[in-house]
Amino acid sequence: MAIEQDEIEKIAELARIRIADDQIGQVTQRITEILGMVDQLQAVDTSDIEPMANPLDATQQLRADVVTESNRREEFQAIAPAVENGLYLVPKVID
Amino acid sequence: MQWETVIGLEVHLQLATHSKIFSGSPTTFGAEPNTQANAVDLGMPGMLPVLNEQAVRYAVMFGLGIEAEIGKRSVFDRKNYFYPDLPKGYQISQFQYPIVGRGHFEIQLEDGSTREIGITRAHLEEDAGKSLHEDFHGQSGIDLNRAGTPLLEIVSEPDIRSAAEAVAYLKALHSLVTYLGISDGNMAEGSMRCDINISLRPTGSDTLGTRAEIKNVNSFRFVEKAIHHEFERQADILEDGGKVVQETRLYDADRDETRSMRSKEVANDYRYFPEPDLLPVVIDDGYIEAIRSELPELPTDKRRRFMDQYGLGAYDAGVLVDNRELADYYEAVVAACGDAKIAANWVQVELLGQLNKNELEIGASPVSAEALGGLIQRILDNSISGKIAKQVFEAMWQGEGGADEIIEARGLKQVSDSGELEAMVDEVIAGSAAQVEQYLAADDAKRKKLVGYFVGQVMKLSKGQANPQMVNQLLAEKLK
Repeated sequence: MAIEQDEIEKIAELARIRIADDQIGQVTQRITEILGMVDQLQAVDTSDIEPMANPLDATQQLRADVVTESNRREEFQAIAPAVENGLYLVPKVID
Repeated sequence: MQWETVIGLEVHLQLATHSKIFSGSPTTFGAEPNTQANAVDLGMPGMLPVLNEQAVRYAVMFGLGIEAEIGKRSVFDRKNYFYPDLPKGYQISQFQYPIVGRGHFEIQLEDGSTREIGITRAHLEEDAGKSLHEDFHGQSGIDLNRAGTPLLEIVSEPDIRSAAEAVAYLKALHSLVTYLGISDGNMAEGSMRCDINISLRPTGSDTLGTRAEIKNVNSFRFVEKAIHHEFERQADILEDGGKVVQETRLYDADRDETRSMRSKEVANDYRYFPEPDLLPVVIDDGYIEAIRSELPELPTDKRRRFMDQYGLGAYDAGVLVDNRELADYYEAVVAACGDAKIAANWVQVELLGQLNKNELEIGASPVSAEALGGLIQRILDNSISGKIAKQVFEAMWQGEGGADEIIEARGLKQVSDSGELEAMVDEVIAGSAAQVEQYLAADDAKRKKLVGYFVGQVMKLSKGQANPQMVNQLLAEKLK
């Protein structure tokens, strides 16, 4: 299965990964090779195999609904680049 | 062309847990920004989510409430997107194996008729934080208190056909989740948020048109307005021969319009994959049955029971069961007075009227169910008329005491003493020679109308306290 360069660009944008223009060709090539291996795996007949969500043969432990955390805002905000009025500041986002 | 509206709703319901879905942080509404956001909620490196059992339990309760299949093995997935109020870069949600599968429940429309609406699925996920776009020197402020609050996303089938049905659906859902006690359902505080999927098709067609999604419509009234607005917008496009674009739109309540959310256009590929930090959640029949055995009577069942047991109409029963506390109050009034229909009238008209006027919840009513039942008893035993009872109710509302005390203190007891009434009737007849002449000259049909004048005069003379049945009887005897 081949992948087109514009698809690589779209995925990179969604993942917020910057790929330099002169490297896109190479990245596309390498991902195409990986997808080739995936194709090989896809060829295996899995019709009798149940899909697996996790490799461990275990199920989720649940915790009781109890508040165990206290307010540690000062410690967390001490390492943030910018805060104001208790809020974390980030570059402007608008919808 | 005639257009049919096809609507599906996605409701995000905050579950009423004490702590977050994957961490031990509190979920209290309205706390100081970021005082309830800890390492897991902030997405600090190395933090691991641990699932809250109560969130699972609430989701199962909801599933049983809509007669859905419960996912005995459900799986959490990562939904990947970048937004500052989601510090991990992904939301933990459920995709392929939700905890609640296909179900259905009944909605009731204004005219009392009912319709069945399908629920496609409901899944558990974590809420995101809040972005504040006020002026922070050209930056946005982020409050992560809400991040990690458990949500149940409830997805309906495209079974809804009008704004009125959409509102009825949300009201029925609100009623169901508050009966179950799994959410406070407070739309103003964002405990229940609604996305609307809406498309149009020519009436009679059975293929679906292209839909637009309207995000975050947060009151019953705005849902109605947003749907009306979006109907007009799409109908205009289609009638001009254009095509509706599949997109996400935002409802702007101030301008009463929807507009495109451009930021969502690029990010429509969430690249879901199983959350490696959480194992599949497995629940067994014993767990499910234990929850089922503790479910309260649900609104639809209660409504049917009220209709059967108390002989109420669909609309009245619907109003009374809408809120669990109100339904309990009503049943206590019936127990105290013994007349279900009069009790229904008094609860709906006088009590709800006063509560609405004073913006009070039923729990804060200054008149208890037993006290209201006591007042109704005095109407039933002819101590007072319905009209006088309204005065007494006013006084009870003002805290002047129970019905009997007020009737006594104000001397409102109905006059049923035949001697006293006879004297009043005689006085009225004596003072109304012209009307008596007219009455005696009239035929039976006309007399029935004319007698009202005399009844009115006697009531006036008695300050509303004469027993109307006895007055009618006395008049019939004397006016021959």
